[in-house]
Formats: sequence, structure tokens, C-alpha cells
Amino acid sequence: MIGKIAWKNILNKPLNSLLCVSLLLFGVAIISLLMVIQNQLDQKFKRDLKNIDLVIGAKGSPLQLVLSSVYHVDSPTGNINLAEAEKIMNSPMVKKAIPLAYGDSYEGYRILGTTIDYIDKYDAKLKEGRRFEKPMEATIGQLVASKTGLKVGDTFVGTHGEAEGGHVHEEHKYSVVGILENTNTVLDQLVLTNVESVWSVHDANHSEHNHEEEHDHEDHSHEDGHDHTHEDHDHDHDEVAKENRDITAVLLKFKTKMAALNMPRIVNEQTNMQAVIPALEINRLIYLVGVGATTVNYIAAGIMFMACFSIFFALFSRLKERKHELALMRSVGYKPTSLFGLLIYEGFLLASIGYIFGWILSRIALYFINKQAESDFNLIFEYNFIQNELWLLLITILVGIVAALLPAINAMKIDISEILSKK
Amino acid sequence: MLETKNISFQYPNSEKIVFPDLSLEKGKTLMICGESGSGKTTFLQLLAGLRKPSSGSVFIDKQDISSFSQSKLDQFRGKHIGIVYQQSYFIQSISILDNLLVSPYSEGNSKAQSVAKRLKIDGLLHRYAHQISVGQQQRASIARSVMNQPKLILADEPTSALDDANCKYVLELLQEEARLNEAALIIVTHDNRLKSEIDNTVELNPILNTLS
Repeated sequence: MIGKIAWKNILNKPLNSLLCVSLLLFGVAIISLLMVIQNQLDQKFKRDLKNIDLVIGAKGSPLQLVLSSVYHVDSPTGNINLAEAEKIMNSPMVKKAIPLAYGDSYEGYRILGTTIDYIDKYDAKLKEGRRFEKPMEATIGQLVASKTGLKVGDTFVGTHGEAEGGHVHEEHKYSVVGILENTNTVLDQLVLTNVESVWSVHDANHSEHNHEEEHDHEDHSHEDGHDHTHEDHDHDHDEVAKENRDITAVLLKFKTKMAALNMPRIVNEQTNMQAVIPALEINRLIYLVGVGATTVNYIAAGIMFMACFSIFFALFSRLKERKHELALMRSVGYKPTSLFGLLIYEGFLLASIGYIFGWILSRIALYFINKQAESDFNLIFEYNFIQNELWLLLITILVGIVAALLPAINAMKIDISEILSKK
Repeated sequence: MLETKNISFQYPNSEKIVFPDLSLEKGKTLMICGESGSGKTTFLQLLAGLRKPSSGSVFIDKQDISSFSQSKLDQFRGKHIGIVYQQSYFIQSISILDNLLVSPYSEGNSKAQSVAKRLKIDGLLHRYAHQISVGQQQRASIARSVMNQPKLILADEPTSALDDANCKYVLELLQEEARLNEAALIIVTHDNRLKSEIDNTVELNPILNTLS
């Protein structure tokens, strides 16, 4: 019966109750939202970083290099010479080296020239079709497939640059040969092909502007649709210009930790490339973002503190109008401790309601953040309940109980004979 | 069933009130009357264990309830005493039915239904206190007072707000319920209309009582 009375007391004045927990609700919503975003960013950063000890790329901002080559959210720092990069890639200390070449996109999704090792790095499985083998074959991430509607067998052309509406390489059609399963990594939003495809598109592009003749040749081989001709052409180029081949970055995995720590110094001193340990850069980034998040967390904690007071005042002011009810309960046999329990339970219920609605609000906010983040960073946050939110629940309930403590003690102490003899 | 011995009560900074000794068998009705200020309500609260006397003892079923601890007193009252207050008190957020069942010692739904039927409020059980009339509220109060199968029913000015017809009707209801529940009934009132109905009367005289 105590439980029923507590519930009914809250439900009987739903608007009042909601108003009373509104501060708590917002506090929970903000903290919950921050926790989810931070948690998932951490996870995502860590997943994408799997098996990458070192990134080598053109000199420039180290963070930009990491963001562009590991997370594919920034533009590259520039190109590096393949021959020079291969000197490091072939080093005996290197366990695995994955070259990356990019610069084009399809409907905002980056076309990444790389090797099969890149797919293996994320343990990605094929949902359909197969992995890319020959030039101009593309295996696409799950998100790319679902958002662009590309299917195995479709062809598409890349756009120069990352932004939509750039120069379209119309004469170079990629064909989709496979679609990967969802991996929850950056892989989902990439169009993967081999490095040669990227070269051939850009060489042609280069030619297009300089040698009218070669352009014609290129066009011709495409219209014929002979893969053989195409490969020949590519091969030709390889022979001729291997020295001048550029790639964008290299992801390295070393055999020992020691090697991973020594290599950056060697690269930075002896070449005109830069080597960056991505984990360090990301930790620094997370730390910087964390400072901002901590500030917001303090604000949210302040709101929770105020929420404690608002529940306290609500319960306390209602005590006055409820004293007859409480006295009546005593007179029909409830002990003072039962009234104490009633008030504490109401505090608990109010806090729980605040938590539930706050949680829902945080997910609604996440939905809108997702809409924005998806178009800006190809980033989607999941709506799951995360473990930290369990702690938040406990804290919220504690806030409710603490707020109810003093009113509950007062309810316990009421002078029933005095109240019941008033006319 | 009920017996009081030499009970007196003193409010802070006020004179001591001495109450006459009472003795009442089960199934009997006693009227305690007196003018305002004569200590009627105080007397009722002492009998109900809502207050403890400054001196003397209240025996219900040969148990001295004046010696009980606060929580034991609450428990005893919940089990054995039914009270009809001058003003009807209800928990506003729950239905009349839940108000009848509110006591941890109430006998349950079937009793609530049968009592409500006798008191003609069975159609109102799912309403809330603010949705029914004052007369209906009073009948609901009477119903609640017998939900724990009490040994003693105490009624404080149950008829003061009622016209003659209803006054007699409520008295009959109270006596009927007391009889059916085999309880002793004590009515505290200054309503002279009841005097003609009840033989067993104790008069509280403020002047006499405060003399000592």
C-alpha cells in the first residue's frame, strides 16, 4: 500500500512531478549524452587504431596526418614518394606495411587505394562479392553501400577531392566487386581499391591536361573496355615512372615495441617524410577534448546538485498540505518509520522518473547529433545503454533519496493528535 | 472491554483536565457529551491512544494501552480501534476503495465491498475523495473505521454538520456497524439531538473537571 500511495501521489500530479524533476532530467540528459559520446569516440578511436604502430606521411601537422590516414576525417598533409617510403616499408623491423593512396571520393566517401592487408587489419568479412584484385575494381564498406545504393556489378566514377561537386573523372569507371560486412570501423565508410587504380585515374587526369594525345589513347582503351589494354597501359607507366610514383601515407606495424619507438626518429631525421605514433596523437586529442567534457560534466554535476534541492523543496512544501493524510495513515496503524519509508520511496520514484526521461532526452539529442555527425564525419553513435550510465542511475537515485531525507524525517515526527484535532 | 481509571491530561502551560472513569462492554454504545472546550476530543484521543494520559490508565481488552510504546500503540490502534473523525480525512491521490483498504490491518477487498454496500457507497468506490459529497465522505469514513474489524469504534462529532434526518441516519449506521462488528461504540458530541437516542451518557463538565 505504501508503494501504491507513493506512486499515486506522483502520478496524481504528473505535471508537478515532472516539473519537480526537470532539473534532474536535464542533468541526467547532459551527463548521459557526454558519457555515450565519449565512450563511443574512445572505442571508435581505439578500434580504428588497431595494429597501427606508426604512420608515415608528408611533413605537416602530425595530428592531421593521423586524422587523415587512420580516421579519414581530414585532408592529407601531402604526398610522399613511393620509392622512399618503400625503403622503410621493407625494413626488417617492419611486420606489416600498408600503403595508402587517396585524393578522390564518391558521394563524399573516400576512395582509398591500398592493399588487401588493409581489409585484413580490421578482420572484415565480405557480405557479398569478393575483394578487389585488378585495377578499377572496388570493394566498398557497408555504410557506403547502404547510403549510396551501390551494388555488386555497379560502376561509378570518382570525384576529385573530398567534397562533392569537384572534378569528375568521368573516363575512369570503377566497378563494385564486393561489399564488406559492418565492422564498426572506418572501413565501413571507405571505397577500397588498389593503389594502381588511384594512380591510373590521376595519371590520366594529369595527362588530360598536358598531353592531348595520351588522353585520347586513354579514352580509347576505356571505350573498348579491354582490361588487358588498360593493364598494359598501367604496366607501362609503372616501368616508366616508378621513381616518381607518389602515395599518401603508410601504416606500419612493427615486430617489436622498441622498433616502433625508434623508427620515428630515423624517419624524421633522415627523410623528408614524417613518422607519427598515432596512439600518442590521439591520446593528446582525447585529453584536450576531455578537458572540455570535464567542464561540461562539472556544470551537469551542478545541475544535479540543484536538482537535489528542487526535489527537496517540492517534497518539503507538499508535506504541509499532506500532513492530514500522513496523520491519518498513522491513526490507521502505520508506524512512523512507514511514513519515513513513504517519503524516501517518493524521492526514489521521482529520481527514477527523472533518470528515465533524462535518458530518453539524451538519446533524442544523440539522434540529432547523429544527423549532423553523419554528414560531417561519417560518424554514427549507437543508442545502447552503456555501463557508465548504471553509475549515473545509482547517483541519480542517491540524489532522490538524499533530497527526501529531511522531509521523511519530518513526516516521521509529525504530531498526529495535534493535526487531527484541528478543525 | 473498555475501562479507564483516573485519567487526566495536561496541555503545556494549561490546567490539568481530569476525566471521569468509564467502563463499557462490547456491543454497547456510550455517548460522551459536553460543551466546546470541555476536553471531548482530547478524551477521545486518549481513548484512541493518539495521546498518552498524564496519569491514569486506559484498558482495552484488559491491556493497559497507556503503557505501550509509540509504535506498539500505532499497531494496537491499527488492529483494534476504528475512528470516525469530525472532519473526513482521506488520502486524495488514491480511490475511495484504496482509502478503505489503506490500513495495514484492514480485512481486504471483500469486506470493503460488503461494508460499502451496507453504507450505500458501493457505487463510489472508484471515485476520489474530492469527487463525492460531504455526506458520502462521512459514510466512507464510517466504512473505513470498521475495515479492521475493530473492538472499539470512536466517533468524534459525527453528526454536527448534518440535518435531523441525516443525523439519525448516521447514528443508526454507526450503531449497526458496531453491532455487526461486535464492537463497543463511543460517540463524543455536543449534539443534543443524540441524547434522546442513547441512554448511556457521560457528561463532561469543564468547570467540575478542572477543579482539582
